[in-house]
Amino acid sequence: MNQFFGALGRWALLSLQRTGDATMLGSNASAMLFMRPWQGRHIVQQIYALGVGSLIIIAITGAFTGMVLALQGYYMLAKFGSESLLGSAIALSIIRELGPVLGAFMMIGRAGSSITAEIGIMRVTEQLDALQMMAINPKARIIMPRIIATILALPLLIAMFDVVGLAAGYVIGVELLGVNSGAFIGEMITKVEMKDLNIGWIKAMGFGCLIGIICTWYGYRAEPTTEGVAKATTQAVVLSSVSVLILDYIITSFFL
Amino acid sequence: MIRVENLSRSFGALQAVAPTDLHIRRQQTTVIMGGSGSGKTTLLRLLAGLEQPTSGHIWFDGEHDLATLPARILYRLRLRMGMVFQYSALLNSLNVYDNVAFPLHEHTDLDEVVIRTMVTMKLEQVGMRGFEHLMPSQLSGGMAKRVAFARALIADPDLVFFDEPTSGLDPIAAGVVSTLIQQLTQKTQMTSVVVTHDVHAGLNIADWVILLWQGKIIATGTADDIRHSSDERVQQFIEGRPDGPIPFSRCDTLYPDVLLEGGAR
Repeated sequence: MNQFFGALGRWALLSLQRTGDATMLGSNASAMLFMRPWQGRHIVQQIYALGVGSLIIIAITGAFTGMVLALQGYYMLAKFGSESLLGSAIALSIIRELGPVLGAFMMIGRAGSSITAEIGIMRVTEQLDALQMMAINPKARIIMPRIIATILALPLLIAMFDVVGLAAGYVIGVELLGVNSGAFIGEMITKVEMKDLNIGWIKAMGFGCLIGIICTWYGYRAEPTTEGVAKATTQAVVLSSVSVLILDYIITSFFL
Repeated sequence: MIRVENLSRSFGALQAVAPTDLHIRRQQTTVIMGGSGSGKTTLLRLLAGLEQPTSGHIWFDGEHDLATLPARILYRLRLRMGMVFQYSALLNSLNVYDNVAFPLHEHTDLDEVVIRTMVTMKLEQVGMRGFEHLMPSQLSGGMAKRVAFARALIADPDLVFFDEPTSGLDPIAAGVVSTLIQQLTQKTQMTSVVVTHDVHAGLNIADWVILLWQGKIIATGTADDIRHSSDERVQQFIEGRPDGPIPFSRCDTLYPDVLLEGGAR
């Protein structure tokens, strides 16, 4: 029993220490946004790399999410004779929940893992040390642009996810299942409020911040071996995904 | 230029650098030699401020203690330093030209024409002119090392650290690099700190030699002092003899005992 609680305590302390370290790295690096030299060009490069590179996968995910929601929603609503509510059901599901969460998952898989692996390899090959020796702070040059880029790129990607998802839901709902077009769009406009859009934005930015900090931290602190980078990348993906779900619950419970 | 007092570095129970005092003299080439795992690279990283010591002080120019210096000032001092890493550490996303020009692009407002001229001169010095467009992944180990050499020297630093500068180079390239370190130190009044286990190259370029074993300094002096040292450990190292006071195996337990107990665990 003592062994069990000892191990639990060590795990809790280690987790706390890592959380503190990651928070410090994230906040120190983010504070460098306002310091000279201004890293605007590198932030834009990262937004391009993370954002544009994820566009297709986000669009595909959004489209199929909207299509499945239309089919499932129609199946359930038809039982109560409320097919006309399909538009609002799809819109609220996508804007409040599925867009931010699935968009975040796609970004973790597509961009978060590559952030961790890239920084980890820079650690293994001493490129981070080389930057330091050239009087360039890696936190300002490597970490900060990636954190800021994920915070800015994720809401834009999620906005695209929402638009594609709604359009795909419309096509399936109206064109395939025969729901009235006016009812579909009218219900959507009536039921979706500004508050719902704001929740989507807040979640997107929160998830972006979380993904940016976790993925850069794991890369920055990766053990400088091939195995260390592989392990760090796996852990970054798993922890980011779990953290997104936890933060999703917290934000949803606040804004319900 | 650098004075070290009571410097030590431990990783858990392993003491990589035992409490050490040493002096890196201005405009000289100091060569730190020792076998694998003797703490040379750790000592070099401590001197460059890349590693935090467990104890002690590293005085730079007699006024800045690198062990306690705020990062902002340390980065300012690094504008006067350069470093050639053992595995080159070129930035993978940049080609040869951009790697060498990188410190100038980052820290100066020089016109691109001037930067291009400076890069061409440095690449010519290391025999890499004509390879500007290649990416690091397209270079051999020796070529990458020479590019790293050009990058470290591009801003004409006062102090350059070399981590195993001749390892992985063919004999001609190794000779060029050794000569270059020697010439630059003499002509540009640069200070060089070279870590190597290449005895021949080390003793040829050294104004001052520091010999390490198990994290401790076992000998210091000029190359001639080291060559004629009466210390058996020094002689064993420079002659590369397998038998002598420096054991090949560093394990404390006896080999037959381990075998009788069923092998290593």
